[in-house]
Amino acid sequence: MKILVCISNVPDTTSKINFTEGDTKFDTNGVQFVINPNDEFGLTRAMWFKEKQGATVHVATVGGAQTEPTIRKALAIGADEAIRVNAEPKDGFYVAQQLAEVIKNGGYDLVIAGRESIDYNGGMVPGILATLLDMNFVNMCIGLEVDGTSATAIREIDGGKEKLSTSLPLVIGGQKGLVEESDLKIPNMRGIMMARQKALNVVEPVEASQPTQDQKFDKPAAKGPVKLVDAGNVGELVELLHNEAKVI
Amino acid sequence: MSVLVYTESLKGKFKKNAFEVASYAHKVAQDLGTTVTAVSFNAEDAAALGTYGVSKVLKVSNDSLATFSAKAYADVLAQAVKAEDAKVVILSSTADTKYLAPILAAKLGAGYAPNVVAAPDSTSPFVVKRTAFSNKGFAHTEISSDIKIVGVSNNAYGVTENAVSASVEEFNPTLADGDFAVKSVEVDRVAGKVTIADADIVVSGGRGLKGPENWGMVEELAEILGAATACSKPVSDLGWRPHSEHVGQTGKPVASNLYIAIGISGAIQHLAGVSASKVKVVINNDPEAPFFKAADYGIVGDAFEVVPELIEKLKEFKAQNA
Repeated sequence: MKILVCISNVPDTTSKINFTEGDTKFDTNGVQFVINPNDEFGLTRAMWFKEKQGATVHVATVGGAQTEPTIRKALAIGADEAIRVNAEPKDGFYVAQQLAEVIKNGGYDLVIAGRESIDYNGGMVPGILATLLDMNFVNMCIGLEVDGTSATAIREIDGGKEKLSTSLPLVIGGQKGLVEESDLKIPNMRGIMMARQKALNVVEPVEASQPTQDQKFDKPAAKGPVKLVDAGNVGELVELLHNEAKVI
Repeated sequence: MSVLVYTESLKGKFKKNAFEVASYAHKVAQDLGTTVTAVSFNAEDAAALGTYGVSKVLKVSNDSLATFSAKAYADVLAQAVKAEDAKVVILSSTADTKYLAPILAAKLGAGYAPNVVAAPDSTSPFVVKRTAFSNKGFAHTEISSDIKIVGVSNNAYGVTENAVSASVEEFNPTLADGDFAVKSVEVDRVAGKVTIADADIVVSGGRGLKGPENWGMVEELAEILGAATACSKPVSDLGWRPHSEHVGQTGKPVASNLYIAIGISGAIQHLAGVSASKVKVVINNDPEAPFFKAADYGIVGDAFEVVPELIEKLKEFKAQNA
């Protein structure tokens, strides 16, 4: 089985978010970038397929040279080879078209992407590329088993989960649940050394459409101070929620 | 041309968000000087959508669509878009809709803006405000493709009544075998419980509750309020509560009217995930907990004393206002 894990290079989850150039761009100043958490759960599941089922695991990202430390980390975790499409990720549709080209050329049986990146939250890359390539697709995937060319997937639904059966070639939009938080791997020194020897192939982008563009960003309005209620007077909270906030 | 809206139902009944997206579609149609066409799947009372400004309902009645299938539903919606020559498609932000939205976008070559929190900034150019950076910011996104897809964030726009009379037409899409290449085997949905996506009120517990055995009071509080239960990331990582209850940056987003955080300190990732909630209440014994800076109301105190007391007071309140 040949697996491609799609990696997005995103600000660390603890990052404070600021905008620059007249609020038209995300300010990367002082921001640490990491593998998108939803992608990392998928990458870790891919490592499981490598160990248990002898899968080959490649990783791909769409981004400039500055994304290479993130993709090297994926190699250090254990991916065999990496592909970087040398283009700015303009929007989800654009990224999906670039990755679709990588997948077409690579002959992958299983493509694992995160259900969304935690920066632009588009949530569309896996679904669009699956549809462009006519591959089966499961979104918000929290469990995946592969047996030959059959696959069983669990997806999260509102208020529960659903078990699905399908077949390869398959694309999933993954998230926590594919593996547990405690299964995530921190690259060890050997992995980091080996990652330096692994192929990181840079390919140029194909012509692709970009149907959306973020024109401007802003931050949530500052909030007033909290109104404290004395622990000995809980009834006052009920009063406030009813009469002032009008939410009960 | 018209504005097309996908109105979701479960077991024949429209979900609450169906009326919200219909209301939103009405607003967009007004701005564009056109009307709203809804697509419903095996829904019983399709004409009810007229209350929310839907002029026409394409009613799909098909047993093979009794269980949600993302690809098949997207196929039907794409056919409806073509039949109606729709230029704007309005969707919700439920798990099912977020599953089908990218499939539909790819089929139509349409730009898709998810998590939209307000009526369009403008319709020419078509710009919508959506959350980005996991609720730490907003993006004003222009959709420039011929067909545009807007995913409306749950509970962000609200339900507005704009009664018109809705004509209901049977719509018979052509389905392909390939539409069902992903088959539902089993649906495991907790019956009779409010989901986080649908909830007006969410009651959430953190590590401050010390163990899963202490969740009884959280559930009791939720029940009195008709609320959904949720939890912080450490609680789900520890296995005290199911992943499906984890809210925050890597969990589910919350956009309820009222969010009550019990024993949750308020890590930046958690606060981001719940920041779209309108009113936030924190109960924590540590006055330095970051959540107090993000909350509207707070009680510094021991959750094991405050919560049972709150339950009693709410019971009294309910009794008086019944």
